[in-house]
Amino acid sequence: MKFKGVHIISVRDFGKDDILYILDCAARMEEKRRPALMAGRVMASLFFEPSTRTRLSFDSAMRRLGGSVVGFSSPKATSLAKGESLKDTIRMVEGYSDVIVMRHPLDGSARLASEISRVPVINGGDGTNQHPTQTFLDLYTIRKCKGRLEGLKIGFVGDLKYGRTVHSLAEALKHFGAEMYFISLDELRMPGTHLDDLAAHGVRCHETSDIEGVIGLLDILYATRIQQERFPDPVEYERVKGAFVIDGMLLEKAKPDLKVMHPLPRRDEIAEEVDDSDFAVYFEQARNGIPVRQALLALVTGAIE
Amino acid sequence: MSEDGVSDKELKVSAIKEGTVIDHIPCENAFRIVRVLELQKTEDVVTLGINFKSGKMGKKGVIKIGRRFLSREETDKIALLAPDAVLNIIKDYKVTEKIRPEIPDVITGTVKCSNPNCVTNHGEAAQRFNVVSRKPLSLRCAYCERLTGEDEITFL
Repeated sequence: MKFKGVHIISVRDFGKDDILYILDCAARMEEKRRPALMAGRVMASLFFEPSTRTRLSFDSAMRRLGGSVVGFSSPKATSLAKGESLKDTIRMVEGYSDVIVMRHPLDGSARLASEISRVPVINGGDGTNQHPTQTFLDLYTIRKCKGRLEGLKIGFVGDLKYGRTVHSLAEALKHFGAEMYFISLDELRMPGTHLDDLAAHGVRCHETSDIEGVIGLLDILYATRIQQERFPDPVEYERVKGAFVIDGMLLEKAKPDLKVMHPLPRRDEIAEEVDDSDFAVYFEQARNGIPVRQALLALVTGAIE
Repeated sequence: MSEDGVSDKELKVSAIKEGTVIDHIPCENAFRIVRVLELQKTEDVVTLGINFKSGKMGKKGVIKIGRRFLSREETDKIALLAPDAVLNIIKDYKVTEKIRPEIPDVITGTVKCSNPNCVTNHGEAAQRFNVVSRKPLSLRCAYCERLTGEDEITFL
């Protein structure tokens, strides 16, 4: 795939070779600083809902490549508060920038923006649907710490029902012969449509609520936060959030080279005692957002091929 | 002749002079098609039959609509609810044309996305689906990527 002018909207749009190519470019970005690569180019950063990590890491990625950033981090101070449509906002912003990074609360908003914009759009999260740059940095982290993507046993734990990072990562990993373990309470199970799709691609999937029973099998454990707003009853929330806590005692049963990942922010899913162990890669995972987003920005603007 | 003196042929066919006969409808979707085409509002005679014996389907439904020919959009909707349907166009009591509606690869402007948070349900974009599978029917919203199955289909 030629990446110049390509919109980055959904992992579904990219095949195995495309994914590997993006990861290779990210590795090159990490190897060598390139402070003038994006000189004279402007990234529009349109955050229609709040984000810390994604917004800051895109800003940092662009600036470290010598580019500049315009945009907003909340729609309140913009003409959107005056009722401007998303289409009109995009038509305006494309004239001011070489690439648009966008986060928006509605599912499908990024695809819509890409159909309007003449400059490439990178989806920084559209509602509960997709967050492809998170998936690419997750894959980059896995390959970096395990040396490969092929044939790994990967456990997902936490909110598998609503967690878009889990859905997208599982979707991408189906290209790499992963065996997947979905660890959750009944009310937060991986949706059947996703499981069917994985099975149709020959992925071996297992569902369980017994984390201790499977921890010893895993190469990667990917934990996600259970969002409080999904549980209006605080008692119910306390019960579900305490169901799976990754701590030193649990990890005694793990393979010594297991790596624990988390898209962050975390609440109580991972005990702090894990942070300094060799198991923890979640802060490195967040740092990997920089080279991955640099690669994507440079590829879609044509600064690199 | 049946017991009440009406000939079988008359009962089953009750021929229409002009209009459309939709044949090979899955029985469970016959009433949905009546609603989708808003046949309850029509002035002309509509005959609905279900549980007719069918070699292909086991049981089938048939709808006859007097003096009405369906638009492309209506035919597309029938394709989704009755993938094996045959539309017989009747003129002067004769079948002049048989149409087999087909599900296109992309469905635009007829089906509503089942995801309330989808951008298409907020007036920002027109509905569009890519057909993932025809049997069983599975549509993926081109925007929010949510899958919609046959049971969840709502028309605009």
